[in-house]
Amino acid sequence: MVVANSHPIQFGKLKKGMRIRIVRTCDDCGDSVRLQEMGLVEGTEFTVVKVAPLGDPVEISLRGYRLCLRKSETKCFELETVE
Amino acid sequence: MRRSALSSKRSSKAAVAQDRSPAPRSQERLIAIVGNPNAGKTTLFNALTGSHQKVGNYPGVTVEKVSGKIKLASGNVECIDVPGLYSLNAVSEDENVAVDVIEGRSQGVRKPELLVCVVDAGNLERNLFFYTQIAETGIPIVVALTMVDRVKGELDLAKLSKFLGVDVVPIVGHKDKGIKELKDQIERNLQDPRKPQVDLGSIDSLDAHAHQLGERLARIGADYTVAEVRRELIEPSEGFDRYLNQAPEMREAFSQAREELAKESTWVVNAGTTGRYEWAGMVQRTVLKAAKGTPKRSLTDRLDLILTHRVFGLGIFIGTMYLVFQSIYTFAQPMMDAIQWVFNSLGDLVRPGLAFSPILQSLVVDGVIGGVGAMLVFLPQILILFFFIAVLEGTGYLARAAFLMDRLLGWCGLNGRAFIPLLSSFACAIPGIMSARVMPDPKSRLATILVAPLMSCSARLPVYILLIGAFIEPRFGKGWAGFSLFAMHLLGLVVAIPIVWFLNRKVLKGKRLPFFLELPPYQWPKWRDVWLAMYFRGKVFVNTAGTIIVVTSIAVWALSYFPRSTEAAQSYRTEYVRLKGVAPNSPEAQHHVDEEQLAHSFLGRFGKTVEPVFVPAGFDWRITTAILSAFPARENVIPALGIIFNLGEQKADGSHADLEKSLKDSTWPDGRPLMTPWTSIGLMVFFALCCQCMSTLATIKRETNSVKWPIFVFTYMTVLAYIGAVVINQVGLALGH
Repeated sequence: MVVANSHPIQFGKLKKGMRIRIVRTCDDCGDSVRLQEMGLVEGTEFTVVKVAPLGDPVEISLRGYRLCLRKSETKCFELETVE
Repeated sequence: MRRSALSSKRSSKAAVAQDRSPAPRSQERLIAIVGNPNAGKTTLFNALTGSHQKVGNYPGVTVEKVSGKIKLASGNVECIDVPGLYSLNAVSEDENVAVDVIEGRSQGVRKPELLVCVVDAGNLERNLFFYTQIAETGIPIVVALTMVDRVKGELDLAKLSKFLGVDVVPIVGHKDKGIKELKDQIERNLQDPRKPQVDLGSIDSLDAHAHQLGERLARIGADYTVAEVRRELIEPSEGFDRYLNQAPEMREAFSQAREELAKESTWVVNAGTTGRYEWAGMVQRTVLKAAKGTPKRSLTDRLDLILTHRVFGLGIFIGTMYLVFQSIYTFAQPMMDAIQWVFNSLGDLVRPGLAFSPILQSLVVDGVIGGVGAMLVFLPQILILFFFIAVLEGTGYLARAAFLMDRLLGWCGLNGRAFIPLLSSFACAIPGIMSARVMPDPKSRLATILVAPLMSCSARLPVYILLIGAFIEPRFGKGWAGFSLFAMHLLGLVVAIPIVWFLNRKVLKGKRLPFFLELPPYQWPKWRDVWLAMYFRGKVFVNTAGTIIVVTSIAVWALSYFPRSTEAAQSYRTEYVRLKGVAPNSPEAQHHVDEEQLAHSFLGRFGKTVEPVFVPAGFDWRITTAILSAFPARENVIPALGIIFNLGEQKADGSHADLEKSLKDSTWPDGRPLMTPWTSIGLMVFFALCCQCMSTLATIKRETNSVKWPIFVFTYMTVLAYIGAVVINQVGLALGH
């Protein structure tokens, strides 16, 4: 499905209030497996709730709960914005 | 595949364990509570078992084993509180243990007959993801649906129960709502177990393979459902792997099927998780009719606007921490004084009764009563700190604090959760180390435990005050005195940074879990959970650390007491009386006898023997002996210095004026002053960095379940302390002091 207004974005660039879709997860790095089990699978949409006052971690809201992730440990996710 | 590599290692260990595991002692039936972290598992466990709990360790690992008894109409059943899990695909030690317990591989723990799976109604999707994995273990399940009071909208329990294939009991754990119903269901399911049947459905080629393989398995007499075969295709379990050893042709068929599936797409590693979440999402949409209208901003959202705010959030965090530690100091001190008073009075009470035997008197009063008192004096701090931790954790604020602090601690290799253990260690390392349990990643937890004793605890304070008062303040003034005190507290923290860095690079190798943190909704603390947490933390401390502390206190007492004889004491007294011309029973003469006896004890002789080692640091045998006698507990150094420097213990008002004067007047045999400002700084640095606390080492032993780590901590801290003291003294000498 092609959404006209979506464009790729890196985890480190996320800003408060953005709506994001996970385009691809990577299967080679171990970090990603646990995060997928936390619900961050391909196609999942989440909202960026907040970036911590010191710049990291990032709080997101997905599947009805809140999760904080470090920017450096989520590099392998391919993300895009959702309008 | 990652999982199979991990599994084969574990299964060989488990196989050995099973051969050795003893027959179950009790005939009580065993059930286990499983579920996601933050789903209300502990609250439910406390509601079911009350205070009938046992806290221990699983053999060979650092994971705490909590079990208890549930009273049912037909008798008691034993219940294990399994550590919280996000997935059966274990990555941490806690999770490995949890999975082993569920699957009956844990040494000395029987396979549970029934699982109570805790499912958080407010977080259905992720909890149901875990349920799909648990359902495939083939163990009968009862679902306890928690937080039903938080669900906004309508929840169709009958439909949910149908999807899950088991009984679902809604509960509110802390209000004991639904607990009776849950007990009834546990009882019914123990008599007539219900194995869950979850149909994850939908991936055609996977299903086709699973059907085909299932039929082949049935032909050779192996009974597997299609769902089970599908799971083995996606995530092979070691039980099945072992079974395949007997059926090589089936192993071949399975790997062929996996290869074919792998050609289709990349989903073999992945489809398991995606498929399960698809199913969980479908179930949630079907059973939960959300309330109409746009949801208004929740209380949690509104609180988080302030509590994790850029400015207010950090301010409130600092304020909260200040309040916590201020309370520990304020509330613990009178209790500690009271404990000390009780044990001193007890000693005074017992002493006359044992006057007939000086050895027995000293053993009981100084060794046993003194030792037990020195251990129990830590209890108030432990209880107060765990009260606050339980409250902060129960409300959900602890997770926010970790969120705020992660960046700060992250750059030296720790994470946000390390701040409570490290900050607590400034009061006392023992509760600090115990509180490192809030860290799920075992490597970060171990690194935190290993540097926690470097934080300057309150027992170092008397030493700083004595030495700063004697050598810094008179010469450099109050400003520098305050600065020295601050610098001593900062020293441990500064030294800890390169140590953590080194530990992470060189010692604690291997994979670190990615840091992720769930921010649960805010709620009121559950008081029963708070009291039980305090009670069991205190009990664990007294039982395990306490024993070791009392034993070593007695050992050090013996080393400083023996050998001794009345003849020798008499001759010290006569000699002193002859030299000084004082009355034989004057206090001065008695102090001299005490000093000589200590000097001639094993400890004193040892101090003289190792004096050359400490001379580069500027310490003579007297300071060396005081340091050695302070290894079990650093606060021992003040009375030891008092005895050695011929002054007896500190005065009743707690001031060290006499000891200060005596330290200042002391000289080397050649007349040089013993203590210069540099030596005194060196001595303070020694105390700041040295691990002179048996209780801490005993706690590390318990928390890491290994003697290796306390020895490591003791060694590195002692070496650091020695180097620090020597360097400072040598710099002082080079500058001509």
